[in-house]
Order: sequence, then structure tokens, then C-alpha cells
Amino acid sequence: MEDILKNYEPVIGLEIHVQLNTLSKAYSSDATEYGAMPNTQVNMISLGHPGTLPRVNEKVIEYAVRLGIACNCTIRERNEYARKNYFYADLPKGYQITQDTTPICNGGYVEIKDADGKDKKIHLTRIHMEEDSGKSIHDIDPFNTLIDLNRAGVPLLEIVSEPEFRNGQEAYNYLAEMRKLVRYLDISDGNMEEGSLRCDVNISVRPVGREKFGTKVEVKNMNSFRNVQKAIDYEIKRQVELIESGGEVVQQTRTFDAARGSTMVLRAKEDAHDYRYFPEPDLQPVIVREDYISRVKDNLPPLPKELFNKYRELGLNEYDASLLTESKEVALYFENLISHTGNYKAAANWIMGPVKSYLNDKAMHIEAFPITAEKIAQLIEMVDAGKVSNSAASGEMFRALIENPDQDPATLAKEMNLIQESDAGALMEHVHAALAKYPEKVEEYKAGKKGLLGLFMGEVMKLSGGKADPKVASKLVQQELEKQQ
Amino acid sequence: MAFNTLTEVQEQLREGKLTCSALVEEHLKRIEENQHLNAFLEVFAHDARSRATVIDQKIKRGSSGKLAGMIIGIKDNICFKGHKVSASSRILEDFTSLYSSTVVDRLLNEDAIIIGRLNCDEFAMGSANEFSAFGPVKNPLDNTKVTGGSSGGSAAAVAAGLCHVALGSDTGGSIRQPASFCGVVGLKPTYGRVSRHGLIAFASSFDQIGPFATSVEDAALIYEVMAGADEYDSTASQREVEKTDFSATSDKPMRIAFLKDALTDPSLDAEIRERTQELISQLQEKGHTVEGVSFPWMDYMVPVYYILTTAEASSNLARYDGIHYGQRSEKATDLESTYKLSRTEGFGDEVKRRILLGTFVLSSGYYDAYYGKAQKARRVVKEETEKILADYDLILSPTSPHTAFELGKKQLDPTVMYLEDIFTVQANICGNPAVSLPLGKHSNGMPFGIHLMGRAWDEKTLLEFSAQLMNNN
Repeated sequence: MEDILKNYEPVIGLEIHVQLNTLSKAYSSDATEYGAMPNTQVNMISLGHPGTLPRVNEKVIEYAVRLGIACNCTIRERNEYARKNYFYADLPKGYQITQDTTPICNGGYVEIKDADGKDKKIHLTRIHMEEDSGKSIHDIDPFNTLIDLNRAGVPLLEIVSEPEFRNGQEAYNYLAEMRKLVRYLDISDGNMEEGSLRCDVNISVRPVGREKFGTKVEVKNMNSFRNVQKAIDYEIKRQVELIESGGEVVQQTRTFDAARGSTMVLRAKEDAHDYRYFPEPDLQPVIVREDYISRVKDNLPPLPKELFNKYRELGLNEYDASLLTESKEVALYFENLISHTGNYKAAANWIMGPVKSYLNDKAMHIEAFPITAEKIAQLIEMVDAGKVSNSAASGEMFRALIENPDQDPATLAKEMNLIQESDAGALMEHVHAALAKYPEKVEEYKAGKKGLLGLFMGEVMKLSGGKADPKVASKLVQQELEKQQ
Repeated sequence: MAFNTLTEVQEQLREGKLTCSALVEEHLKRIEENQHLNAFLEVFAHDARSRATVIDQKIKRGSSGKLAGMIIGIKDNICFKGHKVSASSRILEDFTSLYSSTVVDRLLNEDAIIIGRLNCDEFAMGSANEFSAFGPVKNPLDNTKVTGGSSGGSAAAVAAGLCHVALGSDTGGSIRQPASFCGVVGLKPTYGRVSRHGLIAFASSFDQIGPFATSVEDAALIYEVMAGADEYDSTASQREVEKTDFSATSDKPMRIAFLKDALTDPSLDAEIRERTQELISQLQEKGHTVEGVSFPWMDYMVPVYYILTTAEASSNLARYDGIHYGQRSEKATDLESTYKLSRTEGFGDEVKRRILLGTFVLSSGYYDAYYGKAQKARRVVKEETEKILADYDLILSPTSPHTAFELGKKQLDPTVMYLEDIFTVQANICGNPAVSLPLGKHSNGMPFGIHLMGRAWDEKTLLEFSAQLMNNN
């Protein structure tokens, strides 16, 4: 089968729906909080009552422009809205307000890694603004379908890619990149389980070298990135096997069954809707001018790619830079941290060492991490100045600060008796005492038994109660021994 | 009393010769006496009485609004919080609105009294008011005749003195044609001048709310209270509403055009043609320039109108599906039968006809040939009309090719009915303001209107000239 698969080229395009985290709906002032009691976030506009008219939420335009800029798209100046007409129980108006021939963003691309880890550009066809439907709930009441209209009218961006994916892994990487992007841009939670990021897939296969596309199948209802990947890989195999066994792929919509790991027919082409798109007469076209786009651009939050490049320039390696930018919150913490310390490498090590392992242990997000970046920076400074040892800072002090994040690290180090003695005057007494304790060992040292340095150091550390800075102490012991020679 | 202008009524109210309560009682009595007209679908008697008491007190304190003393009826497609609104359809028969339309709010803020909701064609689709699910309205001037439509109840109520002013909506002539048939003033403002928030949509890019009154002055007053920007309707214009001034009776010579083809149209009643020509001569004698212009796009207007309005209607009426509110068929067993049976039982024939037509013209494969082409034709008609109005202040024509016809006569052939709108649709296709003025009286005893269309957003010129024309005739 592996060999046969090699003779075919899969052509895959993704349509992502991103639910925007605006405070109110796309065309009315209802709230949009996830998880509210059913049908509590509905006013007469989301209910589609007679005589109601949509009102454009300007935040939706701003968010679309943000994403468009981040994806290198061309932003359209004159944006018209359209109606997509179909009947469904969770669509109170009988149509969805969307954009048809004038999507707000056109073209553009997103950079991802392909299945071999190489850089690849995925080009976008368009991004357009639309509204969500309500939710039909089939599994609570055994006899009725229940309708929750809280989601009806919540703003969405639909991101349509060019058919440039070749396997499930690429689609997975693209989804992960897109989620990262919408979170950095602060326009969506990008949460597939909660439905704030949804993905439909179009797949066809063609023999390698053939120009004409194969017949396209649409796959829906995947609730995780992994399932998108699995659905694609399953569907590629299904289509190739079908063709190889003399069959023909038919145009249809399929659904992914996660339990079985396979796709099944949802509806045939003949049952496809005729959506009867036409310009939405209740909304004036929205004009997006250059100066508006520049303003959005100027206020754009930092993007993962920019931060990655910045950290590379600061001297961090690729691995560190990419881990630090994996999540926006971690990157923001790191940004904060390096505004307080110039030791970038140490800052990166702190985040990826003690901080991350603490977060992992507690299954906690960095937003909830109790120690401020400023205090971590102070710990770094204290280690660099030789005041405390690295292990004391990242061990006892770190734990103590988590217990009581209000403490001042310097005071804490004193109270915990962790300040290293690096003052030559104070140390010198211990050095003299140590050498005086073992006169015959001093003679042996002088005779060439240099390995005895450790013994004197141990004594110095003991006398100082463990607070001697080992580097400084070692230097003083050697100087003193040489003097006696 | 019913035919006094508001200025006269308010004078008497201020002098204490009259109270709002007395006015309300008088009108309730007249409504009662004229029940046979079938103009009102519901009378808000209790509401009207209690508001009258409150407003009478305000008048005594000197704190009453601009419309104190004005009794208003509203077409049954305009929402009024806590009141039923059905669009004269079975599908919304027991539906109560959760909110008030912007126009109702603005009228109430100026202390108008809303006395009831008025019969109309179902979802404002019709030209005779014979397509109401609750029976036709009879013409108060001759009960065997229609009132015209779709705002027939509104025209009849004003003509019979059942209210001072009534609100209607005009998508292709639904205010002006019944105004012509019933002998009252009817104004359709510029599209976007009056908020549509709370107007049950028929065709969103054509619909506009406007008043019926017995005088241009009252129509203008109501219009000015209702007009202007509204955050709930993004198609409502931000432009400032210029106040009309009827005291300045300037005889400034106007440039008026009439469409030659309209006056030579064979469907035009001879007496109406004569009266129109007589008016033209009269205006010319007064020093106005009145000239015939050719407009070769006349024949396209009614088709353009029917393609675009039915397309929008097919989408606007999709929400009446028996699921969320309104009538649900008792025979429904699942989602699909809920849609099919509720809509089959809930909508009348004319509404179904237009939904079918609109669905067809938007269907894939037909869109370009019908909807797309009609959109282009609409642009041409608009541009060509603007060209005429760049040269002329107003365009004059009859409102309708004939006077009110007999009840039940034309209903059988929808295509004949569709020609009712031939002189009025231009204003809706282009969005321009237009009035019908009761300036004609036919030998058959029925009135007819003269139609004036003005430049977009220039209701002021249109209304001031209309008042002058009314005073001179």
C-alpha cells in the first residue's frame, strides 16, 4: 500500500472557522460568553424577530484586519455583506450574514513546517467575516432536539486555504500555527474542543504528474487537530484504494467518526444546498481605508515569528527561541523577564527549567504563575553577582517565593542564610584557620600533593557554614598556600 | 373635528376647549361606527385612553410634546412593544412584539397617541388590500370599492376620520396608491430617511415608512418627527433632516418634468390624463417650467421591481418557519414538516407566489439572468432618473392609471395587479421621495392623486411645493 500511495498526490485544502472573542455579537449587542445558561444571551436581533436589523460590530472588522495583516493578506477597501439562505432550526433568520464576492482579506500566506520539518508556505485564498448559528442539541432530550441560540450571531472569520497540503501532518502543523496566531493576535481562544476553532477539509487525490484535479470530498466534524490529521490520512487511503480497485470517487460530504477513525457519508452532492447568495440589503458596505489598516498594524500585538527572530538575535538557539514563542503567554512572561535582566540565556533557562517544570507539575498556565518576572530577574542578578548559588536560587529560594510571592528575594536569601561569603576579609580568617588546623597537610601540599586543595576548601566551607563563595574561597586558599612556599 | 390640522387641534387643546381624552373618545366612537370598513385589526382603546389622561396633564403643565393631541394609527407591520403585530398574516396572528420600532418610539416621545393597528395586504404585498388574511378593507368613499394597497387600512382610516394620521409603508407604491384611491395625502420619504427598525421587512432595499394625512402640513410634521439617523438601522442616513417651512409661500419658479410616455400610456384613464394636463397648464401659467421628457426605461421598471423585491422577500420571510415564534402547524411531526406545513398554512397565496418567484430568481443558474440583470437595470433607472432631476426639481405624473376599482375584480390575475405600480415604483427603485396629493375628482365619484417625485434627501422642496399646490387647488 505504501508504494501505491506514492503514485498518488493528495490535494488538500482547509477551511477554518475561528470564533472571535469579541464582547458582543457580530450584528447585535448581545454578550458572547462561552458556557452561559442556554438562551440567555439572546435579544430580539439574535432571535431574528420581525422588524429587527443587523448592526455591524466594528471589532469584527478590526479583528479581521489584524489576522489579515498577520497572514500577509491584501485587505479589501469596500466590504459588502451577503446573505446565505438555508433553513435550519438553529438559524433563526433563515439566512446567515456572511461575505460572498468581497471577502475582507485576499491572498496571503502562513509559514509552517512540512512533515519533514522543512519550511513551507501555505497560501490563503481568502478570509471573510460571518456569523455563527445557534446550537442544536440532540443528546439531552430523547424525543426533542433542543436549541440554544446563545451562539447565534457570534462573529466568525472563515479562513480558506489554497489546496496546498499534501498530508495530515501538514494540516496539523497549519492548524497549530493558526491557533498560535489567533491567540497572539488576541482575537480568539482558538479552542477546538470548545468549538472556537473549527475545521473542514477538502481532499482529492490524483496520480502523480497529472494536472487535472481528482474529485473532491469534503470532511467535517473533527473535534481535535489529531482527528483532522487522522481524517485526512484515512481519506487519502480510502480514495486511493477506491481508485486502485477500479472505483470512482464521488463528490460528497463525509463526517469523521473519531471512535472508528474513519469517515462516513453525510450527504451526497445532489443534496447540496443552493444557498441563493445575494447582497445583504440591511447593511451598508463597510469601507476599510489605508489609514485604518496602518492604525491596526501599529497596535498589533507582537507576532510569534517576530519574537522568534528577536530571540535568535539576542543569542538564543533555535530550540529555545521556538519553545519560548510556542505560547503567547510564555512569550509575554519572557518579554517581561528580559525587560528586567540582560542575561537572556539565564532568563530562558529559568523559564524552561524551574518555571516550566513547576507549571507542568501543577498543570497550571503561566498566567497563574505566582512569582513576578521582576523577582525571577532579581534571582538571576543575585546568582550572577555570586551572592547566592544557582542551586540555592532555583531550589530553596524558588520554592520559598512560590509559597510567599510577596517576599523580597534579597531579604529572603539573608533570612534563609543563603548569602555566599565572597568578601575576601571575612573569608581570609576561615582560610587561615583551615590551614592552621592541618599544618602537616600544608607541608604535603607544598611537596606537590595538589589534590589536598579539596580538603582545605571543605574546611573553609565548613567554617563559613556553607556560605563561602567556592570560586573566591578556592582562589584565596591557593594564594595563601603559595605565599607560604 | 377629524379633518382639522394638528395646529388647529393643538390651539383648542391649549385653550382648554378640547382634551385629548375627548379626542380619543370621539375617535373610538368613529372607529366603532366604521367597523364595516375593516380598517383596524385591533384598537388599543385602553392604552389610548390612559395616555390621553397623562398627556392632558402635560398640556396643563405646559410640558407636552410636539404631537400632543395627535391620534395615530399604525400599519400592522410596524412593531409596538407589548402589542400584537401580524403583518396581516396568519403566520404571525398571535405574535406580540418585544420592542417598539424607532418610529413608534419617536412618535410617542412627542406625545402622539397610537390608537390601533391597521389592516394591510399580507406582508405588505398587494395593491388592493385584498390580500390580508383578515379580509379586505373597504373604501370609505364607496364601500364596494377597494382602498388600494398595501397600506389600505391606513388610507381608509385617515379618509374616514378614524385617526388624524396613519403610518404606512411603501415598497412600490403602498402608501401613495391607496392615498390616491382614498383621497388623502401620502408621503414616501427618501430611502434611508426614516429608520426601518421595527418595520416587518418585505423588500429591505425598497421599504420605507411614511405618513398618511389630510394635509401636507401634518404629513410633514409626522415625517420630521420620525426621520433621521438611527443606531438600530445602518441603512438610515446620518444626514440632517431639513425643516419644512410652510409660512414662506414663495412663488419661486420651479422646473418640473413629466414623463411623456407615462401620460400617453394607453392604460391611463382619460379623465386622469386630462386633469394632469390641466394641472401642467396651470403650473405653466403660474410661471413654472413644466416640460415633457422621454424616459425609455419605463417598461423595465415593473419587472425590475418584481424581481428584486421578491428576491429580498424570499429571504426576509424565511424566518417565519414555525420553529421559533408565530404559528406552527399542529400537523407537524418533524423539522421538515414543521417548515412545510407551517408555511403552507400560515402564508396566503400572494405571499407564496412572491416567495416562489424570489427563490427562483436567486437560484443558481438563474441568478445572473434575473437578479443580476435586474440589479444592473436598477442602476440604469436610478442614474437616468438622477439625470432628469439634475435638470428639474420635480417629476410629475398621475399616482395611478385609474381610480379605485371594485372589490374582488382584479384579484384573479396577478399580472394585471402588478401593473398597478407603474407610476409609483420609480421612486422605490431609485430611492427618491414622492407624494400623492388628492388633487383629482373623477366623474365616477372617486378621487385620484397627483404624484410628485423629488430629489433624494430633498423632502423639503417636495413638501413645500406640495403644500402650495394643494392650497391653489
